[in-house]
Amino acid sequence: MRYESPQTVEAAAALLAGEEGLARVLAGGTDLLVQMRSGMVEPDLIVDVKNIPSMTSIVEENGGYRIGAAVPSAEMNEHKGLCALWPGVMEGADLIGSTQVQGRATMIGNLCNCGPAADSVPGMVAANAIATIVGPNGRRDVPVIDIPVAPGKSTLTKGELVESVFLPARPKRAGDAYLRFIPRTEMDIAVVGVGVSLELDGDGVCTHARVGLGAVAIKVLLVEDAAKALIGTKVDDAALEKVAAATSAACKPIDDKRGTIEFRTKVAGVLATRAAKIALERANARASNGGEK
Amino acid sequence: MSGIHVSTKINGDAVEYVCDVEETLLDVLRDKLGMTGSKEGCASGDCGACSVTVDGRLTCSCLMLGAEAQGREIGTIEGIAKGTELHPVQQKILDNAALQCGVCTPGFVVAAKALLEKKPDPTETEVRYWLAGNLCRCTGYDKIIRAVMDAAAEMRGN
Ligand SMILES: Cc1cc2nc3c(=O)[nH]c(=O)nc-3n(C[C@H](O)[C@H](O)[C@H](O)COP(=O)(O)OP(=O)(O)OC[C@H]3O[C@@H](n4cnc5c(N)ncnc54)[C@H](O)[C@@H]3O)c2cc1C
Ligand code: FES
Ligand code: FES
Repeated sequence: MRYESPQTVEAAAALLAGEEGLARVLAGGTDLLVQMRSGMVEPDLIVDVKNIPSMTSIVEENGGYRIGAAVPSAEMNEHKGLCALWPGVMEGADLIGSTQVQGRATMIGNLCNCGPAADSVPGMVAANAIATIVGPNGRRDVPVIDIPVAPGKSTLTKGELVESVFLPARPKRAGDAYLRFIPRTEMDIAVVGVGVSLELDGDGVCTHARVGLGAVAIKVLLVEDAAKALIGTKVDDAALEKVAAATSAACKPIDDKRGTIEFRTKVAGVLATRAAKIALERANARASNGGEK
Repeated sequence: MSGIHVSTKINGDAVEYVCDVEETLLDVLRDKLGMTGSKEGCASGDCGACSVTVDGRLTCSCLMLGAEAQGREIGTIEGIAKGTELHPVQQKILDNAALQCGVCTPGFVVAAKALLEKKPDPTETEVRYWLAGNLCRCTGYDKIIRAVMDAAAEMRGN
């Protein structure tokens, strides 16, 4: 086993591309080290990306934020501008494990591990976050929803890694929220997780919506029918009822010890309406604040 | 390639060691450096007995490679008392009889100290959430929470 700690993302991609055996990016290590310890993966090469400046910084860009792929959840949640602009994405990241785990865990590690119950992913999907991927053939921008395929399997090809994720600017009256269901209050894996992002016009009519749904399928889903049920409405009870139905209809869950198919399907709808209500409140609060960050 | 040479700082002192890639920082602290205050309860990030700070941020040393400490500043339980003078969190844990077997205690002390440096006046709920990643099989937590609240009050000067 070899350990490398390159200073640039291009050098990291070259190391990953040049390894004949199994290569793994090491961000926070909160998935990777557990998997190595249990013998689930035995990499030949580990590429630690925490010494690469473009991967460890949060930078304002066109009114939004570019977050380096190695920035831990705890650091993001200390960033006032990020928390004001995308509170739902931040609360998803803030639910990953304990304080100790949040000191290391990254949203991109959460995404690239490709767990269906990854807590930060539905919020990023709802936000239409864009990942910048670097590989042997240069850079490409990919919506977060297009990265996971199935548990442990992503669309990244050999030699590629995510450098950063971009959360865009948003109009004044916009808000987002993430809710998950777990049987206890902390330190558990989501039985269902829902992220909702909304934009409203001056009359309070929803002009744009996205709904991300976790833990009820082989990967995190984008629920287009739930978004359609919101757009053109004032996010009233009739619209929310349709959101719940569309979200439940999108579920393809499994039965396991933490939740049955029936339970997960029902809870997905309930959480979608609750998250939409919180997103709406946040949008209105932000607008009355003058869209201040 | 085994045998990575690492230069780091632990509790303010420059430290050098050679470790294998797969060795965690916890393995290095305990087995190479003889710093056995940090405990291994689970080796999977669940129990917090191995808590340290890395550049000031609370972390499980079992979820970090020894190699990752290169150029960082590590803080462990061994650096918390000033000689024989205990940190208020340590003293209040004793005063409240907030330990039994003691395996979880170093992790709680490191984690609670990190909280009080960030937030000198936490609510009980905030203390409970902050310490949710520190497990104790003996005390039932209440005395630990009380000890941390007492330490916070003392450190604020009331
Ligand atoms: C005690 C504990 C509790 C947890 N609780 C939760 C929870 O409540 N919710 C939850 O969702 N998760 C939880 N997790 C899982 C884990 O913490 C998260 O998935 C975390 O976000 C992973 O991020 P990381 O930076 O640590 O990833 P790493 O372990 O560094 O990497 C994870 C995977 O992604 C790959 N990768 C990382 N960065 C990149 C990149 N830039 N480009 C390409 N590939 C990359 C790695 O090679 C690896 O395969 C928990 C873990 C522990 C140990
Ligand atoms: S030994 Fe590290 S969290 Fe349990
Ligand atoms: S005192 Fe024994 S585990 Fe906490």
